Parts: sequence; C-alpha cells; structure tokens
Amino acid sequence: MDQFTLNLIVVGITFAIYIGIALWARAGSTAEFYAAGQGVHPVLNGMATGADWMSAASFISMAGIIALAPAGGYEQSAYLMGWTGGYVLLALLLAPYLRKFGKFTVPEFIGDRFYSGGARLIGVICLIVISITYVIGQMRGVGVTFSRFLEVSTDMGLYIGAALVFVYAVLGGMKGITYTQVAQYVVLIIAYTVPAIFISLSLTGSFLPQLGLIGSYAPSGGEISMLAKLDSVVTELGFKAYTSETANMLNMFLFTMSLMIGTAGLPHVIIRFFTVPKVADARSSAGWSLVFIALLYTVAPAVGSMARLNLTTTFWPGAVTGSALSAPALSLADIESKPELSWVETWRHTGLLAFEDKNGDGLIQYFNEPKAVTDAGKAVTEATAALTAAAEADKPAAQATLDQANAALDAALAEAKLGDKTLAELGLRGNELTKVDNDIMVLANPEIAALPGWVVALVAAGALAAALSTAAGLLLAISSAISHDLIKGSINPNLSEKAELLWARIAMTGAIIVATWLGLNPPGFAAQVVALAFGLAAATIFPVLMMGIFSKRINKEGAIAGMLVGLIFTACYIFVYKGWFFIPGTNNLPDTAANYVLGISPLSIGAVGAVVNFVVAYVVSMVTKAPPAHVIDLIESIRVPKGAGAAQSH
Amino acid sequence: MADKTSANAYWAANVRIILISLVVWFACSFGLGILLRPALEGIHIGGADLGFWFAQNGSIYVFLVLIFVYTKVMGKVDREHGVDE
Repeated sequence: MDQFTLNLIVVGITFAIYIGIALWARAGSTAEFYAAGQGVHPVLNGMATGADWMSAASFISMAGIIALAPAGGYEQSAYLMGWTGGYVLLALLLAPYLRKFGKFTVPEFIGDRFYSGGARLIGVICLIVISITYVIGQMRGVGVTFSRFLEVSTDMGLYIGAALVFVYAVLGGMKGITYTQVAQYVVLIIAYTVPAIFISLSLTGSFLPQLGLIGSYAPSGGEISMLAKLDSVVTELGFKAYTSETANMLNMFLFTMSLMIGTAGLPHVIIRFFTVPKVADARSSAGWSLVFIALLYTVAPAVGSMARLNLTTTFWPGAVTGSALSAPALSLADIESKPELSWVETWRHTGLLAFEDKNGDGLIQYFNEPKAVTDAGKAVTEATAALTAAAEADKPAAQATLDQANAALDAALAEAKLGDKTLAELGLRGNELTKVDNDIMVLANPEIAALPGWVVALVAAGALAAALSTAAGLLLAISSAISHDLIKGSINPNLSEKAELLWARIAMTGAIIVATWLGLNPPGFAAQVVALAFGLAAATIFPVLMMGIFSKRINKEGAIAGMLVGLIFTACYIFVYKGWFFIPGTNNLPDTAANYVLGISPLSIGAVGAVVNFVVAYVVSMVTKAPPAHVIDLIESIRVPKGAGAAQSH
Repeated sequence: MADKTSANAYWAANVRIILISLVVWFACSFGLGILLRPALEGIHIGGADLGFWFAQNGSIYVFLVLIFVYTKVMGKVDREHGVDE
C-alpha cells in the first residue's frame, strides 16, 4: 500500500469518529450548546481543554522553533514555560470563581461585575479580535497539512476542514465539541509521542523522550550527553550552542510572563471551566488539562533537540562518531540514490527545504555563514542575473560588476573562519542548505528517523486534529460572544432560548465563513498578529478578571480605564515596530532588537501592558465612587464555592 | 454576622495559600529557569544544567504538582469552613 492510500485511510477513520461523536452528542439547549450542560467529568474536560489549547502552532511549529532558534534552543523555553504556567494562574486565580459565577461567557462576567454594558462591550471586542486572529492560523494549518499529506490543493484542504468543523461544531455546540476534542486529543498525543519515542530510543537508548533529553548520546558509545554532543556539533559549524545563555534575560522573562498571563486570559480557554459540575472540579480540571498538555510539552524539547541533532548528522555523517568536519558532507548522489534519504527530495518539493551546491563539489555543506559572506553571496547572484539579462553592448560593464562581486566574496571567504581554517581554505562558497523551515522538524520527523508509513499517516491525522480542535473551540467562543453578549445582552434581551440557539448557530456559521475566507486570503501579517492576540489577552482580559475577583474596590470606571489604556499601550508598542494596523511600511522604528526599549520585543510587551492596566485601574478606582452594594454581594458570593448551581442564562 | 466572619476567614486562608503557591510557581520557572540559571551552572541533572532542565522540563512538572496540591488543600479548607458543595 502506498503512503497516499495509507494517509487517506488513517485520516478518513479519524474524521468518521469525529462526525459520529458529533451526531451522538447533539446539543438541544443553550446550556448544552455553550457549556455542555456542565456535566463533563474533569478528566474528560481536561483532555478536551488540552486538544482545544494545543493548536497547529503547538503541534507543528513549537519543537521546530526551539530546534532551529539562531540564539540557541534554551531561549525558546519561554514557550514551554509560558504555555503551561498559565494553567497555574487559571487554577489559582480565575477558574474556580468564574465557575461559581455560573454564567456562560467572559464578557458576561465583566459586564455584571463592573455593572456596565460598556465594559461588557469592550470585553466582546477584545474577545472577537483575539479569537479571529487565532482562527486564521488554524484554518491555514488545516489547508497546509491537507495539501502535503492528501495531495489536494491548499484551498481544497481548507474547504474540507471548514465543512467538517461546520458539521460537528454547529450541530453539537460545546457538548459535541467537547466529546470530539477528547477523541482528537487521543489522536494528536499518539501522533506526537510515537515518533519521539522511536527517535529517543535510537539516539539515547531511553524509551522516555523526557529522559532522552538529559540522557547520553548512544551512537558514540554513551560517553557524552546528548545535549553536549549537540552543542559541540553545532558550535563546530559556527552556530550558537544549543544550551547558550540568553543574551537578554529581561526580554526572556517578560516574554515568558506575557505568554503565561496571555494563556490565562484567552477566552476560549477560560470558557472551558464553565463546563464542569462543581467549583472544586474547576480547580482539578485545570490540573487535568495541564497533565494532558504536559504530555506533549515535556516531549517537545526532546523532539526539538534530537531533530536538530539528526538533521545535522544527516548532512555531516562524520559528526555521528567524531567531529562534523572530520568526514565529507552529505553528497548529492546519496540524496538521490539512498531510500532512507528520500525525505530530503520530498520536502524540497514543498519548498520548505532548499539546498544548492554553490562550490560545485557534489556535496551539501551545512553551516552558519557569517553575514558578510551572505551579503557578498547575494551580490554575486544579483550580478550574475544582471549579466545574463544585459544587452550585448552592456555585457562588459555587467561582467566587470560580476568580477568585482566575486572578488568581494573571495575576500569575505578568506576572512571568515570555521574552526581554525578559513572558508576559502575549506573550499566553501557559503552555506549550501539554504532553507530549513521550522515546520519540517515535526512533520518530517518520522521520515528522517525512517519510521514505518503508518506513523507518517498518524502525524498527518494528529496535525489535523490539533488544528481542527482549536478552530472549533475558537468558533464557539466567537459565536457565544455574538449571540449571547451582543444580541441577547445588548440588542434584544427578550430573546427566547430557542431563538438564541438559532442565533448561536447562525453566528457560528458566519464565523466559519469569515475564517475560511481569511484562511484563503491570509493577511500577510498572520504570524505577527499572534503577538497582538497574546498581548491583548494579557493586557486586557486577564487583569480585569483578576481584579474583579480579588478586589472589592475596583469599580466600573477603573476597569474600563484599565482595559482601554492596557489595550492602547500594548497595541501601540506593537504597531510602532510592526506597522500601524500591520500595514507594511508604516512602522516608526525598524523591528530589530537594537531599537526595542530596553530590548523588550513586541512579543513580550503584554506583561508590561498588564502592569499598566493594573496601575491605571487602581488609581482611577481610588478617585471615583466605590462599587454598589449588590456588586459587593456578587464578589462575596463568587469567592465561596458553596451553592454553585447549574449555569444560568440570566 | 457570624457568617460574614467565617467567610472572611475562609477568604484569608485561600489568599494565603494562593500566595504561597505563586511563590513556588515563580521560583521554579522565572527563578531557577531564567534568573538563577547563570549562578547554578555547575549543578547538573543528567546531561543538562539545572537551569536548562527547569526551563525545558522541570518547571512543567512543578506546575502540575502545584495545581493538584492546591486543589487538595483547598478541598480541605472548603470542608473546614463548611463552604464545600
């Protein structure tokens, strides 16, 4: 059976399971649609939250980001700590109290606690911006995965994914989504860990990738640890050591903090804790969610470091037992003839991997070239193209330019060193593995490790499960914000339950259409707006919820001022470097570390925005009137677990 | 009135437990994983230095234990103050 048929079968079976579950768990009431009727066991809810939270970014991209980070894999630990530590904040500071509050949506809490329709409206706007931003990435992930593994166009893949989400999210609501996500979690965790276990066994002899990460490197007799081996191999090739210290501790600190409080402030994550039967269950449910998330997140650093090591030793076979430069690099002939290397060609076709034999020696040398060599190499390429395109009369001038560029490149190569020899002495003309996309690291992992075909098919199904489950959770958060907070809350409070359910389904259908359209025509800034989503969640939703629970003094004026100032401060800092409203060319300062205030990148600003929000809310509340008595009663009631009934729609 | 005093005592106990938990949360991730890593370079856990291990794996385990301990402790406090469901 060929790989394509295998992919179809495995992905087909998982899809049949999801749709079957959706039909079985059809939602009949708004309570079931928004919050699964509050009858979901904490362990199942934890699995569903895990699948909801772990998106295409966690599954496909995270390990690759850690593996290939130019400043070393350590600095990217911010993702590992940030995207898990947020659950501690949820369990301690938000989940139990929001569950006791007993309504369906985050804006509803903001509106009631701060006795203000305006506060609720700001909450709805933040929620929709955050969720739409997120959902674009998921739809894109679905399209790309389909096109790679099922050999359809990216657009067709997107339509299939959208249709599938439509069936189980619109019919099933939260109840359908929750049970489908449980199945999706099982698929994605198996798909992630199985290849990792195989690779850990072959590189370190450890069955558990978590132990493999700190284990010893088996192919060289186990005398050196895997991480030390990785450090020595990559530094020999001119890269920064994998375990290098961070150059900017303040930025790493703030980035980790932004991801943590951003996670705790993401509406589609918070909404999960409305689903459990009791307040005590909201606490343990956050714990169970983290158990299931940790299964992937503790494996990810092993996947990242081992994939980097495998990639490097594939291109420098000598590095397995000795130093990288002790034996010739991988040859083009081997790539073409050896079946275990067929993945190199497969991924080259997708454009995610690229190589070029610049010095014409039939070998592909992969190393970190200095910037001077990169620039000189670019000038040579441009001059060569200009020479080819030049009219007959201009040829001599173009030739002269090319000669000059070549001389400059030669000078740069004589200057740059790899080990104790210059690049010129080594006969190199530049790095020949010209592109390795982060996303390859997880998707190609089973092929790099020469694992059986069913594992490759499983990874495809896992990537789709991760993207689809997150998309469904986000769409539900959007639809409840529109039907419950906007239409029922602001426009027509007398809406019957049946009409509201209809509106929720209409809103979700609309959200799917918008998300699909944005997935087909992704704004060029899709990757950058993620910073905005996390920044907003950290700087607006998290502080306002926390203050609403832990302070009796923060009032309507304070909350609104805090949210607005946090929002504007964070968005402006991002826009200054990324362009106003992400329009290219409108940035005031170049987006490089040298220009950041105290080296704080736009990705890390959410934590500062949150502090600004807290301070502004406190000061404004102090100089305005204290909240009314019924709000004080509300705060006192949510602080005590006793008496949490089923969620109320009023 | 007795109700109010008991509710205040319950809340004070809860806030104290939260603060202790947050200290642990901060110490393992921001402390050992980031701020103290250069100082603790000499200590190793298998093939990784202590800070690296806490940043990539250790702090996640601490987070897990922390949430379940908090859940258990709060369950006890809920019962002691008669506010459990």
